[in-house]
Amino acid sequence: MQQAPGATPQDIEGKFDFLAQDNILNKLLEFRDETLEIATLYIPHIHCSACIWVLENLNKLQPGITESQVNFNKKTVRVSYNPQATNLKQVVILLSNIGYEPYISLDDFGKSAQQVNRSLIYKLGVAGFAFGNVMFLSFPEYFEVDEYWLDQYKHLFRWLMFAYSVPVLLYAAQDYFISAYKGLRAKILNIDVPIALGAFVLFFRSTIEIAFDLGSGFFDSFTGLIFFLLLGKFFQQKTYSFLSFERNYKSYFPIAVTKISKDRTEIPIQVYDIKEGDRLLIRNQELIPVDGILISGKAHLDYSFVTGESRVVRKQSGDKLFAGGKQTQGSIEMEALKAVEQSYLTQLWSNDVFAKNKESGFTTLTNSISKQFTIYVLSIAVIATTYWLFADPGKAMNVFTAVLIIACPCAIALAAPFTLGNVLRIFGKDKFYLKNASVIERMAKIDSIIFDKTGTITSNASAEATYEGMPLNEDESNLLRSSLRNSNHPLSRSLYNLLQSENIITLDDYREDIGKGISAKHANNEIKIGSASYVGSEDTSVLNTTVHVSSNNAYKGKFTFYNQYRKGLSKLFNQLKSKFDLTILSGDNEGEIENLQKLLPPKTKLLFNQKPDDKLQYIAYHQSEGQTIAMIGDGLNDAGALAQSDVGIAISENVNVFSPACDAILDASKFNQLHGYFNMSQQAIKIIKWAFVLSFMYNAVGLYFAVTGQLSPVIAAILMPLSSITIVAFTTVCTNIVGKKLKTDAIKTI
Amino acid sequence: MAQHYRGMSVIYILLAVSVVVAIFFFAAFVIAVRKGQYDDSYTPSVRMLFEDEVVKKKTKESSKIITKTD
Repeated sequence: MQQAPGATPQDIEGKFDFLAQDNILNKLLEFRDETLEIATLYIPHIHCSACIWVLENLNKLQPGITESQVNFNKKTVRVSYNPQATNLKQVVILLSNIGYEPYISLDDFGKSAQQVNRSLIYKLGVAGFAFGNVMFLSFPEYFEVDEYWLDQYKHLFRWLMFAYSVPVLLYAAQDYFISAYKGLRAKILNIDVPIALGAFVLFFRSTIEIAFDLGSGFFDSFTGLIFFLLLGKFFQQKTYSFLSFERNYKSYFPIAVTKISKDRTEIPIQVYDIKEGDRLLIRNQELIPVDGILISGKAHLDYSFVTGESRVVRKQSGDKLFAGGKQTQGSIEMEALKAVEQSYLTQLWSNDVFAKNKESGFTTLTNSISKQFTIYVLSIAVIATTYWLFADPGKAMNVFTAVLIIACPCAIALAAPFTLGNVLRIFGKDKFYLKNASVIERMAKIDSIIFDKTGTITSNASAEATYEGMPLNEDESNLLRSSLRNSNHPLSRSLYNLLQSENIITLDDYREDIGKGISAKHANNEIKIGSASYVGSEDTSVLNTTVHVSSNNAYKGKFTFYNQYRKGLSKLFNQLKSKFDLTILSGDNEGEIENLQKLLPPKTKLLFNQKPDDKLQYIAYHQSEGQTIAMIGDGLNDAGALAQSDVGIAISENVNVFSPACDAILDASKFNQLHGYFNMSQQAIKIIKWAFVLSFMYNAVGLYFAVTGQLSPVIAAILMPLSSITIVAFTTVCTNIVGKKLKTDAIKTI
Repeated sequence: MAQHYRGMSVIYILLAVSVVVAIFFFAAFVIAVRKGQYDDSYTPSVRMLFEDEVVKKKTKESSKIITKTD
């Protein structure tokens, strides 16, 4: 097989030199000894089955590689190689050469091989195993045939059931007991309290029944209950392993940079080791890791990681550089002013808000009704027991335990997981990825939505420009476009694409003054395009991005660039305005205010010049006023606001690559459907409430049997699964109906 | 009585077999989970389609390695 098919990507020379450093290798490798090293590399470009094939055949390209295994969902490849024959740097360069450049960031630093938590699968396995076998063993007794056989061996059968149930009580169900205990200690009656109570009573009453030969016990219901509950938990736990909801600046920052020592030698050093005063070499396409001062070279920085806006900023020698910018042309030399954690951008993460867990402060719908539920159940149990104490004392204990057993809120506990789990999947199919199911419940409570401007309501893909000034004649417009054609500046390229003239002429003279503008000559005409001072205009407005034009030294006019707003923005805001308070918090200046006022409903609040910390404070202030806020943003500068808000949604043009820590990631193409998502979350809550009503009805039937002292194992064994299955079917059907509506609405909006 | 006694032993055998079979499958499940079969549910389904070639090469490679280490 060819080692370098297609064109070899440029700029990889020197980029991975840090992988030769022993201390960095120690942090990156999963396993290391004389003859074997193992590394797991994240490769964002993995997208098809051919990728898997190529990456799993790396040993054909590089004999030192012994094995490579792809995890498609996580987009990783785990490479084992012999360090005597090759090394990590060579492996990474090989991968880059075949078009699968690994993404190595500060986040990988010191990340030891994580242990995957598989306890839920084990518990589900234990409960399912026990449930199946207990059902099988208890089946004969359902028919209560007084056959010699059964009579003879029922004790053996019963004790076997008991043996199967013990691991369920001690292992599979332990989370419910722990959670109930924690809830009670915090004086909260969460849903796990009645579940734990019911499960505990089920097991002990059954044990006593079989020990004193009073009956066959309820081991079938007990194991079934735990199995169904765990199944609900498992269903709700839909995770998108290719997405990360926990990213901070570390996921974007490089692990090492090149330091230029006093004798001008270049050595790669860890980013954490950068000290004030260090000289750093930033190559093309590398990220500036710390705040500093530009020493030499031309900085063309792309701050789209930070602001969401992909427009190149130019800096001159002596200018201050902020961490987070990506150099896009040639290499520069800079002097560090601060360490990584103290830079302007990274300081944001020292805020407490990043340590806060949003779920801990939120009471789920299920837990909020479980309080009353538990109180009602306990009072019914007490009343029924007191009655029977007078009527027939022998039955009192039987009735008391029967009420607790039958009222065990299995169906209630299943309603939310199955509804939310299904909505989560429907959203996921529609490119709206949620961190977990509780986000849906929080979304349903939102009353105001805050949008970031750049990159969120505007699209990075294209820009619009308008021309003001004297009209250009045909020669001039031809010359203008022909000159722009020669320039690589992003503004020139956007303007070139926006202009209509089709006659491309050959220029007699062309000159580009970096940072100022371009001048060109054709026949007797001379044109200058660039900044106001460059073309000789007195225009000093700085609010908008402008390009000025002069012809034969006479000022003609200027092109003003406007943001291109996302399709359907106006319609979306009009849909949202009746239910939500809408605000736009922008880090930019007020240049776009008139445009926005025209587009958006008049009640929309518009705030400009907001620093990352201001956004966070704004949200915190309005939350203290009692609002529940959803923040919709994109860049790292929104990270604080996303963390502070009740629901933080990150908009992403490419979901595989960038998004700061958030609760949900929305594919940019689905931005105009935001209203539908909020709507559907509210519908989901309604479905859960109806499911509660249904399960109360089952409980009422069960309670009738329990209170009258007629609860037999068969009735429990029928009622419990039946109610659970009804709830699962009901919620699944309802969410799918609502989900279909979401889709047809989406088609209408397009 | 003797007939009943025979019936009894059959039940014991059946129960023992059912428990052994159940525990066998349970153990298989635990081993599968522990080996990470449930961690990645997609890639193996693709890998299976080009397994043949990989196996051929792998046996060559591994035999090479064995000869090397020898």
